[in-house]
Amino acid sequence: MRFQAASDQALLVYLGEEIGAAAHEGVVRLVRLLQQDPVAWIRNIQPAYCSLLITFDATVVDHAEVQVKLSEYETRAEKMPAGNARLVEVPVCYGGEFGPDLEVVAAQHGLQAEQVVELHIARTYQTYFLGFVPGFAYLGDLAEEIATPRLETPRKEVAAGSVGIAGRQTAVYPFATPGGWRLIGRTPLEMFRKDREPMDLIAIGDQVKFRPITRAEFLAMRRA
Amino acid sequence: MSLLVVESAGLLTTVQDFGREGYGVLGVSASGAADAVALRLGNLLLENKAGTPALEMTLMGGTFLFPDGAVICLAGANLGAQVDGKALELWRPHAILPGKSVVLGATRDFARCYLCVAGGIGVAEFLGSASTHLLSGLGGWEGRALRKGDMLPIGRLEKNIRRRKLRAGVLDGLKPGKTLRVTRGPQSDWFPEEAGAMLAGGEFLVSEESNRMGLRLDGPRLAARRKAEMISEGTPLGAIQVTPSGQAIILFVEQQTTGGYPKIANVIGADLHCVGQLRPRDTIRFEEVSLEAARALWIEQQRLLGSEERLFA
Repeated sequence: MRFQAASDQALLVYLGEEIGAAAHEGVVRLVRLLQQDPVAWIRNIQPAYCSLLITFDATVVDHAEVQVKLSEYETRAEKMPAGNARLVEVPVCYGGEFGPDLEVVAAQHGLQAEQVVELHIARTYQTYFLGFVPGFAYLGDLAEEIATPRLETPRKEVAAGSVGIAGRQTAVYPFATPGGWRLIGRTPLEMFRKDREPMDLIAIGDQVKFRPITRAEFLAMRRA
Repeated sequence: MSLLVVESAGLLTTVQDFGREGYGVLGVSASGAADAVALRLGNLLLENKAGTPALEMTLMGGTFLFPDGAVICLAGANLGAQVDGKALELWRPHAILPGKSVVLGATRDFARCYLCVAGGIGVAEFLGSASTHLLSGLGGWEGRALRKGDMLPIGRLEKNIRRRKLRAGVLDGLKPGKTLRVTRGPQSDWFPEEAGAMLAGGEFLVSEESNRMGLRLDGPRLAARRKAEMISEGTPLGAIQVTPSGQAIILFVEQQTTGGYPKIANVIGADLHCVGQLRPRDTIRFEEVSLEAARALWIEQQRLLGSEERLFA
């Protein structure tokens, strides 16, 4: 575990130095313990691939005191059982108007569109963390064969439900927002609903699989 | 129920309170008032709770009709508020008679003005806050900026409002400055020379492309010495991240919650309200302080803002 002051009220806790299962499991355990046994002066926890950003009440504690407390939590978290990961299935209608970049991605890698879809649905993905906007889950790792860099110029608006890829990550846009990921399909599911419990369809630590559906199935699920 | 009717909305007017901090695990950024100090003082002058929802206006205010009357307080930037052609002073409670409209115009000094109402603006809370988050369309009034014709419920007056006044000198100490104090960011060592020059008072211009998510700065190009790919991590409020093209961006209240650009510095808590009052084309500078000094300044500011005795005459 490595600490780094991020601001006068925030501390970064690194649980690894590279993206992967080891750091991710450390992050998930520590997040779960901090949720189970909250610390009164912690104002916010922001997990990411290898780190947690802890925002704290600086009128109560300083960085050194936060480090001591988190070291304690880390020791306790290591002893926690990993817990069963939930498997979430996300239906996706690939290509066409829903996946305007599918052909481009295929061409870049010398593949057929169907092969890109096969590679995308073959894996079970880890939910590393949620960020960017509510409900935006960073999923990995995408097969090397279809890893594609972001668009040079992000789109001004990406439709809600769009499934994108960027590098070795994949994600679903929960809202119509600007976005630079390559869009290969769309899900009829709502990733974030404030009138649902839990609000997020996918949570940190969940496993995610994508399932291909037809346009007719997409429209039927949308109506339902 | 009493109402506030939007006759014209101004450039960008949203409902804001102190935000919904604490939902980072869901990917939810805190949002909230860009100048939390002004919001707090405006509310306290009306004897509201400090974080009562108010309207946050940006650069150009709107016109708001109070069919049933209200007691209001304007806090922050001076948008030349008037009722029936008569000027309304900032930082004072004002009774608005039924059927009268408060008319606001272009700013004469800072970026944001809060229209606080005794009893508050009544909107449904989302994750414990009435704040609008524009990017996701969550919170506030229908998750969006106000439009002409919107009718917002406002609190009913339950008691007579005393004519509260701020003590002389309170505002001077909290006046939004153009020199932002910062602590070093987690990747400041990626910019060995630039960080030095930046923190030694180099000038930056606030770009037109600035909003509640972030303020883009034009100025000396900040080239990272280290070319390693950074792994995305949580981004604190007020973080100054540097894009691959060398532009600095101050992440603000509607910020993305994580990011993969290196962070050269971070605005200290006690100066965050100053960021909320910066206008496009403002020239700003940075001044480095230690974590200990930043913490002491924060504690002192929180004490002052928490002390009715020190704030009010």
